[in-house]
Amino acid sequence: MALKIVKGSIDRMFDKNLQDLVRGIRNHKEDEAKYISTCIDEIKQELKQDNIAVKANAVCKLTYLQMLGYDVSWAAFNIVEVMSSSKFTYKRIGYLAASQCFHEGTDVIMLTTNQIRKDLSSPHQYDTGVALTGLSCFVTPDLARDLANDIMTLMSHTKPYIRKKAVLIMYKVFLKYPESLRPAFPRLKEKLEDPDPGVQSAAVNVICELARRNPKNYLSLAPLFFKLMTSSTNNWVLIKIIKLFGALTPLEPRLGKKLIEPLTNLIHSTSAMSLLYECVNTVIAVLISLSSGMPNHSASIQLCVQKLRILIEDSDQNLKYLGLLAMSKILKTHPKSVQSHKDLILQCLDDKDESIRLRALDLLYGMVSKKNLMEIVKKLMLHVDKAEGTTYRDELLTKIIDICSQSNYQYITNFEWYISILVELTRLEGTRHGHLIASQMLDVAIRVKAIRGFAVAQMATLLDNAHLLTGNTQRNGICEVLYAAAWICGEFSEHLEDPMQTLEAMLRPKVATLPGHIQAVYVQNAAKLFATVLRKHEGETDSHAAQETSQLLIDRLPLFVQSANLEVQERASCILQLVKYIQKLQQKKVEVAEEVTALFAGELNPVAPKAQKKVPVPEGLDLDAWINKPPSESESEDEKPKAVFAKEEPKHSRSRHTEVDEKELARRREARKREQANNPFYIKASPSSQKVYDAPGVEHIPVVQIDLSVPLKVPGMPMSDQYLKLEEERRQKEKAERKKEKKKKREKRGKERKADSGPESEEDIAPAHQVDIVTEEMPENALPSDDDDKDPNDPHKALDIDLDKPLADSEKLPVRTHRPEVLKSPAEDRVNESIPQETKKRSGKEKKEKKKGKEKDRKRSKEEKKKKKHKEVEEELLESHPEEAVQSEETKEAATPPTSTSAEASELDFWLCSAPVPPAAQEETAPSSAAAVDTSSAAAPESEPDEPKDAEPEDTKSSKHKKKKQKKEKEEKEKKKKKRHHHHHHHSNAGGEDSVQNGTVEEEEPLPPMSNYFLLAENSYIKMVYDIQGNHQDESKVVVSVIFENKSDSFLKSMEFNVLDSLNSKLQRPEGAGAHDSLTVPFQLPPGISNEAHFVFSVQSIVMPQKLKGTLTFIVKSDESSTHEKLDFKLHFTCTSYLITTPCYL
Amino acid sequence: MMHFLLLFSRQGKLRLQKWFLPLPERERKKIVKDMTTMVLSRKPRTCNFLHWKDLKIVYKRYASLYFCCALENKDNELLALEILHRYVELLDKYFGNVCELDIIFNFEKAYFILDEFLMGGEIQETSKQSIAKSVEASDMLQETMEEYMSKPAF
Repeated sequence: MALKIVKGSIDRMFDKNLQDLVRGIRNHKEDEAKYISTCIDEIKQELKQDNIAVKANAVCKLTYLQMLGYDVSWAAFNIVEVMSSSKFTYKRIGYLAASQCFHEGTDVIMLTTNQIRKDLSSPHQYDTGVALTGLSCFVTPDLARDLANDIMTLMSHTKPYIRKKAVLIMYKVFLKYPESLRPAFPRLKEKLEDPDPGVQSAAVNVICELARRNPKNYLSLAPLFFKLMTSSTNNWVLIKIIKLFGALTPLEPRLGKKLIEPLTNLIHSTSAMSLLYECVNTVIAVLISLSSGMPNHSASIQLCVQKLRILIEDSDQNLKYLGLLAMSKILKTHPKSVQSHKDLILQCLDDKDESIRLRALDLLYGMVSKKNLMEIVKKLMLHVDKAEGTTYRDELLTKIIDICSQSNYQYITNFEWYISILVELTRLEGTRHGHLIASQMLDVAIRVKAIRGFAVAQMATLLDNAHLLTGNTQRNGICEVLYAAAWICGEFSEHLEDPMQTLEAMLRPKVATLPGHIQAVYVQNAAKLFATVLRKHEGETDSHAAQETSQLLIDRLPLFVQSANLEVQERASCILQLVKYIQKLQQKKVEVAEEVTALFAGELNPVAPKAQKKVPVPEGLDLDAWINKPPSESESEDEKPKAVFAKEEPKHSRSRHTEVDEKELARRREARKREQANNPFYIKASPSSQKVYDAPGVEHIPVVQIDLSVPLKVPGMPMSDQYLKLEEERRQKEKAERKKEKKKKREKRGKERKADSGPESEEDIAPAHQVDIVTEEMPENALPSDDDDKDPNDPHKALDIDLDKPLADSEKLPVRTHRPEVLKSPAEDRVNESIPQETKKRSGKEKKEKKKGKEKDRKRSKEEKKKKKHKEVEEELLESHPEEAVQSEETKEAATPPTSTSAEASELDFWLCSAPVPPAAQEETAPSSAAAVDTSSAAAPESEPDEPKDAEPEDTKSSKHKKKKQKKEKEEKEKKKKKRHHHHHHHSNAGGEDSVQNGTVEEEEPLPPMSNYFLLAENSYIKMVYDIQGNHQDESKVVVSVIFENKSDSFLKSMEFNVLDSLNSKLQRPEGAGAHDSLTVPFQLPPGISNEAHFVFSVQSIVMPQKLKGTLTFIVKSDESSTHEKLDFKLHFTCTSYLITTPCYL
Repeated sequence: MMHFLLLFSRQGKLRLQKWFLPLPERERKKIVKDMTTMVLSRKPRTCNFLHWKDLKIVYKRYASLYFCCALENKDNELLALEILHRYVELLDKYFGNVCELDIIFNFEKAYFILDEFLMGGEIQETSKQSIAKSVEASDMLQETMEEYMSKPAF
């Protein structure tokens, strides 16, 4: 041993330490990679040694190399070894390495659980600290679940150093394991009043983060935070608290009123810019929340705007930037107060700093009005010309379009001007936003009928000068505009002055170099133009012109028929044949124009973007059901990337496939794609997807690039500026006319009114065109709701938990010592017993806790210890229960939450009312708070804290000796009889207080073993057993209790239960759900855990036995992956299962 | 909540990285690359804030080092600047007039200081004294261990 140590220290003398490594890397600048690879080899040797000091040194060096970008994941296990060293020196290095290198995918993380737990409970605070710090970086859902309880205990550690770390890490734990939030929250709340300022600030940080995501659950903490805010002098903490209030005020306007005063005081007094900025932001949030009802806060707005102006005028670019940012928030609700600072904002557009210019642009968006739109856009167009970088120029372009098109073109008075602006924008070289301009052109041309004539003329010019736009078709996004131009010219060709010329322009050979989807539009619209030309010449004696047109098409179209693009090819060949046929008819002097026009007759109306989503699913159509049998696993995987409406994947995955079968599949897929390309009903997702079909042929045709350094003025293109002048003149004229009219009126009426010589108001400006904006079409019976566009993947969604609801037993954090039992017991002992007892018990307890109200929070920690002790006892206790428990539990659960939340809410009300409030609001809240006092006082006598203690042992005894002591059982049954009476009573009048009584009573009820659970289905992941019970309240319903047991060692979630209804028996689904929707099982299953869910079926006839087919789908989430699984089952309803069990009296 | 904190040199060499969210290696590398190119391409005398995806990037240059952190949408940028400044102060106090080389050669110390100041992307301790105290105390523990280990054990 001693020899070993000596050897170790000698080894270490020759090893490189970190400093040597860094120095070495710096000395080997030329062959760094080579040097490092030799170093890594050395490190690998070092890691093989037994000496932990050598290992730690190696891991330390690896951490450095990891930062340089080298992969060190191979050493993950060695890192764990160093972490588990008993020496702090090495432990520290190990945890540092782990926090730098580990992530959720690291598999050795599983191995660390026990080590971390050991370190957390270490007597040395720095061991614990280092473990907490490391854990905060790599905590996984599994670690969070396993360690939540340990960390929660640390929140009450004696050392503030540990407490603050434990509090902070809880936030990470909540994110990974949302179930821990409710049990841990009371303690977290306590920490807000911790004597140590560091712990306090940590608790503020965590609650602030939580509350920002789900503010409504934290509203009841407002008084506490208010107290903290007015007492704290720590700016770091103040900022967080004020930010928290910013999140809460939108939910409770009265809170805002209370806040205004202290916040404005802070704004006046503080010298810290960060605090000032936070206050201004929160005041803005308050004002937004108050914006409707409160006229008296203009002073606060003025104060904010004033302060922001000071920030914007500051020479510090940071303050300028933030000032603009905050200003844009005010703009939304108080545009008037911002608009007066237009000068300042336009000035910021000239700033050197691009980020500041962008912020100023954002502000401009909200500042436009009918009056100043043209002027502002003119200024922006100047900036477009000046802009050096393409990104900023593109940003300007999108902003111009945004500004003009906002709220359905609200501010545009002259659409000719807007079209000219769009046309001017097409002159930008190398912009990515050709598509955007194109869609604007289409939108305006389609929806503003009055502008079509003008638009068509402009588009014809564009088409004529197409060569200017298509300098380099491959890179140039602007050619997208031609897509719009061609379509507009074709669709509204009746407005064309010279359709023949446009037709000629559209069939130039150069067109063949455009992207395929544009060519396709060209070809199609050439046909429309052809129809127009024919009709124009119809009736003329000399049909020469018409025949010439046909000839033109016949000459030019073959070029497109050869196109490699299937869409183009197909359309072209179709139209070519059509034209040839028409030519034949023309030669026979047959009048064809009308029939050809009929091909393109009918108006195309715009469709609202959400229309597709809003089409209601017809009754009886299940979009998720398989039409045919589901294909085998491998095939379905193969098809995944191809979604009909989504973008096609540009790459073919053919090369990957090696097997013959795969090739066959690829071939089929190819065929399918081809089919889709030829299918006119197949909607292409985006034009770019077309490139998939581009054969190399087209791309290889050399394209002569016209390099124009001087921007060309396209002949005949309108200048938007002239519209500005015209508009001014027009407005002047209108004004003058109006004045004249007024004068006349005045003369008539005598001198009653004085002329308003002020600036013309918004309403005075009449639009130049009679704008007739066609509304977008929506499907019939579309639902009007704007359903949520929230991100379903947001991790904070899971933390939207009602914290005021009392804790249930099942929500306790898993404690290690009891885990094995929990794992075992459901599997072996309970199958034929009834587990519902547990849930029932829990619900009883739940109620008691509820009654205890506020005291509970303080007592919880004590109680929890108690519960742990009782846990084993409880497990023995499990026995069957009368069938109505299920039903009553449901009703209880429905009835209870309002009582608790209303009590909490009224408390808040009371606090809020102490602020000066308008009398109306006070009246409104006063009775409710009074009511709350009533209920709490009524509940108080019952809520003696000793009660649960007494009840439990008694229960234990009774169940243990039940079989022996029949006498006792008898007594209890009699009791139960009474209770049942109570129970019915409760259902008849459903009073809040009554339900509380009912709950306490039911707790003590002895439970005869009446129900039997049968196996429903089982696979390697999950086992389901079920029982059917009749229903006392409603004979036409039965309740099926299913116990789900997780048999795997993965996490099961998103379980969905579905049954194919028969005529006789139907699964009761929530309102609004379709007849085939599945029900979500309201819990998730950690490994080895079982839980019960109830499903209610309505039954037509109780004399018919039934077999219902059903499926359970669920997601198996293991460390590396998650898979979707399903389990089929058959539910047997025998006639006896409808029987209602009533106790018999001996 | 802060998502990450990076320190890099004017040449774009990473000197320190702290990730408060566990991200796969590949994503980290991409972010580091994006950050260095974005921040280094900023002209002098421009504001210290950037938008990147849905995060706010706050950076500040101290001598030859750029300190760069990413915040969530509602976080306070000025507060982040103060956090960066406080970190520099802490480094300064620990190393005594800190320079880039101090951080290169004692990079684990720079991490230890940061770990006492921030945790999980939140401020852990606002008092400079208590941070210095706990770093010192841990170091003492480490130093004595090292002495102990270097002593011959027989």
